[in-house]
Amino acid sequence: MTAPPLLTVRNLRVTYPAAQGDIHAVRNVSFTLARERLGIVGESGSGKSTLGRAIMGLVPRPGRVAADELRLGAIDLRNLGESGFRRLRGRRIAMVLQDPKFALNPVMSVGHQIAETHRAHVRGSARAARRAALEMLHAVRIRDPERVFGLYPHQVSGGMGQRVMIAMMLIADPEVLIADEPTSALDATVQTQVLAILDELVRGRGMGLILISHNLPLVASFCDRVLVMYSGRVVETCGAGALRQARHPYTRGLLASLPELDHRRDVLPQLQRDPAWAEGA
Amino acid sequence: MIRLDRVTVRYGSGAHGIAAARDISFTIAAGEVFGLVGESGSGKSTVLRAVAGLLPHAEGIVELAGEAMPRRRTRAQRRLLQMVFQDPYGSLHPSQTVDQALAAPLRIHGLREGERRIAESLREVGLGPEHRFRFPHQLSGGQRQRVAIARALIVAPRILLLDEPTSALDVSVQAEILNLLMRLRREHGLTMLMVSHDLAVIAHLCERVGVMQHGALVEQTTVDALAAGTVTHAHTRELLESSARFERDR
Repeated sequence: MTAPPLLTVRNLRVTYPAAQGDIHAVRNVSFTLARERLGIVGESGSGKSTLGRAIMGLVPRPGRVAADELRLGAIDLRNLGESGFRRLRGRRIAMVLQDPKFALNPVMSVGHQIAETHRAHVRGSARAARRAALEMLHAVRIRDPERVFGLYPHQVSGGMGQRVMIAMMLIADPEVLIADEPTSALDATVQTQVLAILDELVRGRGMGLILISHNLPLVASFCDRVLVMYSGRVVETCGAGALRQARHPYTRGLLASLPELDHRRDVLPQLQRDPAWAEGA
Repeated sequence: MIRLDRVTVRYGSGAHGIAAARDISFTIAAGEVFGLVGESGSGKSTVLRAVAGLLPHAEGIVELAGEAMPRRRTRAQRRLLQMVFQDPYGSLHPSQTVDQALAAPLRIHGLREGERRIAESLREVGLGPEHRFRFPHQLSGGQRQRVAIARALIVAPRILLLDEPTSALDVSVQAEILNLLMRLRREHGLTMLMVSHDLAVIAHLCERVGVMQHGALVEQTTVDALAAGTVTHAHTRELLESSARFERDR
């Protein structure tokens, strides 16, 4: 028997009202997430980040979220309301954002930010929270947790800041982690380290991970399964290893337009967009 | 066309000063495209800015078209070279139309036939006359980067400096801009110096590559050597490995 999915999404729609008529940022997206790494790729404006935010209950007004089914385990997320989401965020489902420079509080030491997250979710003393934060810093492979605990965000590098954010998001032990471009602001060598840490923690804890990214090759090498989004829709779902055999012309076009070090061409094929893709063709 | 001889750029002075680029020497032939790669903070943009004359260099010689550049460049020397920046959202004035953006360099350099030059440079980068009186917010990211390239080309420079010209763009748009740069290079015989953190982008456009780390130029190699993996410096190898993809240990 297969385990019930951690997250079930059926016909999710996100709409922003506008003077010229509603803008459909996410259109009838369906998928389930098990204890796996699911990649969501697409270009800017494809709706991938809005999808992540909708699951977190973070679509700002006047945006509207509707779905035939939107469940975290047994919990229906559709009519949860802000206070309901507050109880879930952090403890059941958490989100890592792109740039630690903006996502961390600049006037609070990183250690205290992690400890604060711990205290928000787990009863216990300040000392216990500090101990948990230090352990978490150690888990994200920060060599000298005691020293880093007292540093402010501007004193840490991008890679370390992102590890701090991962530590903060994992300290309350959520089942589902959504990472929105977690390594796009980082150098390539640091990017691999951060992904390796994320991979180790997510697998070690048996979590479900949604990795949102514009970087197709990266997602394909990291995830188990990939959803390709275009204009608010999922146009293709495939096993990450099978991305090279992708069928949809959009996916194929994207892959072809990437320059490659070991396969140089005079002219890169340019993506010819077909209006029918936006209609789900 | 471009020659740097032991160029050092310092920020600050005395004990608090740091050398963002140290002892940089390389030569780029006319019509060649040279790439500088490195991670953030490696000094690659600093070198580009020193070549552009945007940063005074403390030591060494920057030579363009056979002429050593003085601290204050003449108008003719400045016209020799133009620059395209990373972020097309930040490099165009938000309340100026494309037409105004393109007219400014003509005014600065006292060039006539503005009408013809503007129309021509727009055509050159694949934009139509309908784009000429639009504001940046009415254009896509790729179109804005085309405007930035048109603005650089309009004074007919011989050297184009490119600072991460596609890293703010989607990959499908990146392909369009890279193709455009390749065509311009062929048609105008432009000499280009490009900075990027993306080895594949560098490999697409360049023949030779300089690798920077901690302010030093640690290796000069060819793109063929990069593709074959026959590089000598450890940092170059490190960049090559991480540019591949994520690899799980097991």
